[in-house]
Order: sequence, then C-alpha cells, then structure tokens
Amino acid sequence: MAKLILSMDGLVLKEIPLTKERTTIGRKPHNDIQIDNLAVSGEHAVIVTILNDSFLEDLGSTNGTVVNGNPIKKHFLQNNDVIELGKYKLKFVGEAAPAAGAEKADFEKTMVLRPSAMRAAAEQARAMAAAGGGQGAASAQRAAAAQAAGAGAAAAGVADKDAKAPAAAPAAAPAAPPRPAQPLGAIQLLSGANAGKELELTKPLTTLGKPGVQVAVLTRRPQGYFITHVEGANRPVVNGQQIGAAPTALKDHDVIELAGVKMEFFLKG
Amino acid sequence: MDLTQALEIASATDPGMVRSHNEDSVAADPANGLVVLADGMGGYNAGEVASGMATTVIVTEMQQALSRARPYDLDPKTSQPVAARLVREQVLKANTSIYQAAQSQPQYAGMGTTLVVCLFYDNRVLVAHLGDSRLYRLRDGSFTQVTRDHSLLQEQIDSGLITAEQAKHAQHKNLVTRALGIDPSVDPEMREYPTRPGDIYLLCSDGLNDMVEDEDIGMAVETLGANLPLAAQQLVQMANDNGGRDNVSVILVRVLREYPAARGMMARMFAWLK
Repeated sequence: MAKLILSMDGLVLKEIPLTKERTTIGRKPHNDIQIDNLAVSGEHAVIVTILNDSFLEDLGSTNGTVVNGNPIKKHFLQNNDVIELGKYKLKFVGEAAPAAGAEKADFEKTMVLRPSAMRAAAEQARAMAAAGGGQGAASAQRAAAAQAAGAGAAAAGVADKDAKAPAAAPAAAPAAPPRPAQPLGAIQLLSGANAGKELELTKPLTTLGKPGVQVAVLTRRPQGYFITHVEGANRPVVNGQQIGAAPTALKDHDVIELAGVKMEFFLKG
Repeated sequence: MDLTQALEIASATDPGMVRSHNEDSVAADPANGLVVLADGMGGYNAGEVASGMATTVIVTEMQQALSRARPYDLDPKTSQPVAARLVREQVLKANTSIYQAAQSQPQYAGMGTTLVVCLFYDNRVLVAHLGDSRLYRLRDGSFTQVTRDHSLLQEQIDSGLITAEQAKHAQHKNLVTRALGIDPSVDPEMREYPTRPGDIYLLCSDGLNDMVEDEDIGMAVETLGANLPLAAQQLVQMANDNGGRDNVSVILVRVLREYPAARGMMARMFAWLK
C-alpha cells in the first residue's frame, strides 16, 4: 500500500498510509491529513487512490500545491515524489518501494471492465491531455486507464475474487516461475533391442511404452519425478511391484518394467 | 441423438494452492454433447454462486430446449441451424438469473462469471464465450487457442499497443470486458467449427493458462490424450506446481467418431436402433 511521509525541516512527523479512495489534505480538522499551518488552505488538496495508482489534485488552494518544485493542478504521483505545502513536505512512497514492505495488489483477481467506465476513462484522458499541466499525454492515458479500472470497481461493476494473492508472489509474473533447482533424472534401458540406451528426462512430461499396448508417463515436478499409468491393461512395475492408479514417486535407481522392457531410473548429479 | 458414444469427456476443478475456495464451476451433459465452464467473480461466496448458477441454468435449460428442438433443425426464418439460437437463449436466461440475484440480494451484488459453452452436434461444435476462460483444440499434433479473450489485454494486443510477449508480463491480466450476470443484457460471442474424429478440445479457466505456458498445456494434452481423466488431473497439477495462484478448471472433450445429424426418416430410425 502506498503511503505519505509528512515532514517539516527534514524532521519526519508521521507516516500516513493511503487506505482510502479519497484522502483529503487541508488545514481544517475534517481533513484526513490535517496540517495546521496558515499557508495551507482549509481544503487544500486531495489524493485519489485507485488500485496502485494515486493522483494528487489541488482543490483551488490559495498558495497552490507544488510537486518536486513544480506547481500542479493535477498530478499522477510517482514513487518518491515530494509534495510541498508551505513549510511541510509530504513524500509519496509508492507500492513498489521495497522499504515500504507493502502488500502487493491482488492482480490475480478477475474484474470486469465495463464499457461505460472505459468511455469515462477516455474522456478523462482527453481532459487531462488538454489540461497539459506539465504532464505528458501518455501518463494521462495510463492514469485514466487505471482510473477506469477503479471507476469500474467503484460502480460495483467489478466483482473481485476475495482470496488474496500471496504478498511474496510477484504481481505480474510470467506464467511459469523458475523451477527450483532439482537434479535431472534419466532412464537407462536394461533390456530389449536398445539396451544400454539412455534418455534424459528434461521435459515436464515424457511418455514411455507402446501406444495401444502399455503407456506410462514420467512427470517432472518440483517434488521430483513421478510415474503414472496412462493406458493398457497392465500397469507398470516398479521394483517388482505393480503401481497403483495414483502417480508414484521415483527414487534413484528404481527399476521400471513397462511393455516388456526393463529400465532403470537414476538421478544425474 | 445420444452423443455418449461419439464424445469422451473428462473434467477436473481445483481451488489451487492459494485460494481458500473454488469459484470455478464445470458441468457436462454428455448425451446432448454439451459442456459448460464458468469462472465466477464476486466477494464472499458470490463468485461460486454466479458460476454455479451459470452452469446449472445452462445445462438444465438446454436439456429442456433440446427435448423440444434438435440443434440441427433449420430455423424457417434464417435457414440456419437452430443450435446457435438455442444456446444464446439459454445464456441469456443464465444472465438474467444471475443479474436478478445480484440485484435482489446485497451479498451477491456485483457478482458475475466468465463462460465457455460448447455444444457438439452434426460433426460440429458451437462455441459461446464471455470473458477470459478459453477453448483450445488439439488437432493433428497442433494445439491452438480457439476463443479470443474478452479482456483489456486482448484488446490492447489486437490494437497493436502491446505484443503477445509483453502481454505475459502485463499487470492487468485480470480485467475482462465481457461477463455473464453483470448487466441486464449480454452479448456472448458465438462461433461454429467443424470437428474431426481424433480432435481433443480443452475448456479452461485462466487459472490454467496464466500458470502454464500454452506449449506445456498442449504437450500434456497430446502425450496424455489416451487417458483423458489423467490428462485433466495432470493439467491441474501443472498449474498448482507452478504456484496455483488461482482456481483452476479444465474440461477435455475427445471426438471419438463422426456424429452426423440423422435428418431423414430412415436415418433417424437407424440412429434410434443403434
């Protein structure tokens, strides 16, 4: 979760997590972040947080809002942006900052993006691009897209899966995380015409046997290698024992008999 | 016409490694050649309710509809088979049921579901889908995605904003642009494809294709095609071995032989005797 760090003259006063969709900043006590200083207007600015993105908007304050030294009306907050309100400084620490120890957003949950929200987003993007405000159209677009998602959520057009992704899981990782280091397995044929031949089990699945007669599959999993019966009247025999219907874990030097051929499973160092 | 001899169907569904409950739902009616897969969305148990309603309503209503009309009958108005109209009607019924439940009961507010429906008839498959659940087909060793996701990501790929490779690393995989039960009306995408004996069709929720590369899914379906229940279990296991961050559901359908519609009187009699 993103947060703001309020400081004055380099002295950290407090940390404010951005938990609400709208976080108001101003001098009056009803604001979420109250800064009791005459340079700060009663209702000075607001931060709108949608999913992972936060937008700062000046509410027509007397002395204005300055981000990183530039006066702004609307601003898409980036990590480490510094908002200045009179003598006070608010540092924005975004989601991605590792120091924040922030919980990753749940990107696994499926949400519906409604066309109406999309249209609103497009209009927003145009408005923001037109406003300029020292902000590129590209970031406005991005901001609007994120707002579309949020607007959809707010309009209850979005239904989310309530279970959370683990904080440790990379939010948008490619499909398959790297397989943990595990020894490579191989099969050496002990009988039959190809006796002595070796087959490395590099693929997640390797089928063995004769289609239509007897087939088994060797699966490579994080826990190791497993053998499973696929087809045929007889199941494969491992160390003299016929295996069951469930996958059977293979150990180093197990001997497999399949379709009349004996073979040894072993792990390469 | 009973399709149990022409199609072999296997399915598996699993909550995955992270989530506490399963919001996916699968259903099959082998005699009518109908399979339905739905991936629900919504807080508490609303996702399960939405996907469960979708599969139940579509299967039971379709049974009713197919008892009155045969899918290959020609519509007098359009001279097209009535199958598409029948499927669309049942999908709309499911949409209305879910939408009304969501409107009338606060705990279900905002629930919805993705959907893939396949109706096999007359050597063809009719596919209706909404959202990011998918249909794949394995034919002659080539494994291809049949449906196109209704998602923001897919729209961005289509408009050339991002490449398929960039899409794998995108952050908004989860935003779907069409779903069942969200609005009073819905427009399912409907397509029809000829089938061939030996084809294997895979319906899956995004819990599979987000976790496992298409290449590996195809390999599992091809190598284990001889044993469909095992292939279904293997696909679920692969998703879970890779992290299993979402519910994962699969339905596999193998076309065992031709199943042409018995149109003539004699053909119908023959089919009945078989």
